[in-house]
Amino acid sequence: MHERSGTIVSPRITVATGGRVLRQVRHDPRTIALLLAVPALLLTLMKFVFDGQEQVFQSIGAPLCGLFPFIVMFLITSITMLRERTTGTLERLMTLPMSKLDLLMGYGLAFGVLAAAQAVVVCLVGFGLLGLNAPHGTLLVGLLAIFNALLGMAMGLFLSAFARTEFQAVQFMPAFIFPQLLLCGLFAARDEMAPLLEAASWLLPFTYAYDALERAVSPQPLGSAIVVDVLVVAGATVASLALGALTLKRRTP
Amino acid sequence: MPDRAVEIEGLEVIRGGNPVIRSISLEVDAGSVTGLLGPSGCGKTTLMRSIVGAQIVAGGRVSVLGRPAGVSELRSEVGYVTQAPSVYRDLTVRENLDYFAHVVGVGSGRVTETVEAVGLGGYEGRIVASLSGGETARVSLASALLNRPRLLVLDEPTVGLDPLLRSDLWRDFHRLAEAGTTLLISSHVMDEAGECDQLLLMREGRLLRHCTPDQLRRETGERDLGRAFLEVIERTGDA
Repeated sequence: MHERSGTIVSPRITVATGGRVLRQVRHDPRTIALLLAVPALLLTLMKFVFDGQEQVFQSIGAPLCGLFPFIVMFLITSITMLRERTTGTLERLMTLPMSKLDLLMGYGLAFGVLAAAQAVVVCLVGFGLLGLNAPHGTLLVGLLAIFNALLGMAMGLFLSAFARTEFQAVQFMPAFIFPQLLLCGLFAARDEMAPLLEAASWLLPFTYAYDALERAVSPQPLGSAIVVDVLVVAGATVASLALGALTLKRRTP
Repeated sequence: MPDRAVEIEGLEVIRGGNPVIRSISLEVDAGSVTGLLGPSGCGKTTLMRSIVGAQIVAGGRVSVLGRPAGVSELRSEVGYVTQAPSVYRDLTVRENLDYFAHVVGVGSGRVTETVEAVGLGGYEGRIVASLSGGETARVSLASALLNRPRLLVLDEPTVGLDPLLRSDLWRDFHRLAEAGTTLLISSHVMDEAGECDQLLLMREGRLLRHCTPDQLRRETGERDLGRAFLEVIERTGDA
């Protein structure tokens, strides 16, 4: 009924928001360098740590190519969003004719692009140079990496609402990501864990992110299970975004 | 356009268990420059936030341009500049304004115009973090001017600015008012009161007076508006 009522998504504002976030990152070249180089360097380090244990390197390194973007985007999003809150820009945006979804999707766009760039580098290094195998194609790993990055972004967005300082926000990484990393099956088979832990792992979205990647890099034929994994990851992303939207308030006490 | 840009009736705001706005009723004339004055912590910012619809209120009615404060239709009609500049410090002046221009739906010609209007011509390519406090404040002001809002709510826009810049800004405010914009401007510096058409004097969450600068001088017999304000406080007797 009303033009620019601020409740309907506007592609113009969504794209502008994504562009703005990317411009903020562009003004910080060191962050870009870290973003692109660190996962590849860690993977290289891992190659040497597991020297002569090709099977171990494959089973940990290959899925990690698609999990790095999750971890990194979680961190970067929570800091970016926290800054948006503490500098008053979020409050300004909330008084403008812009919907919350424009902001969330703009973030998704920007961090999706960054995740894609990160995934390209880490996959080229891992599968191209370090001898990891992706029997179902590197592209599949790359796509899963972007999905996972969007999940990391959505969770970071939501959880950043509970951090009042950047010190707190960075602590959320070990607090929320490490347990998921430990339980997802990457370091220990889930069916060999204590029943309680295995049950808990079923409830954590990261488990499905890992499961999809594990299937994507294993020589067995791809079943329909990977579709279920991707759907769970996508569902958790949407749920986190919805929770994140609830933390964006136009009126505050 | 209604004669009143803002109408408030019996506004109550409670923050952290304490009453911050106590039963305020007031009207702001459309097209006026209205000064909201009072000591720090008297509730000026809370009152302004209630008008732009960013504040959860405990009671009363706030109507802006004929609609309840905070409704989505008002978001393109009301401009709000917070006391701390709310812009992206890691972006350039131009990038900031281009982004806000996209959000409010105006073109890049308007960005250039606004940059000139706040005296930031030549600064477009500068990263905001490298600007002085006054320059940063003007980037924040420019962001709110982009879509020519009908009501501009400015929280201490001249704080920390040198006298020359301050008088420049006041000239801009009058120019905007002549063009039909209603301005509500808070300040804790009484010497700016003389620049306003109407004054709202606040203290401890209450509205002490709503008058013109001349009325205040006449009523108190003080030429100096700062002294006149003190006189009003003494007379209200709750000091």
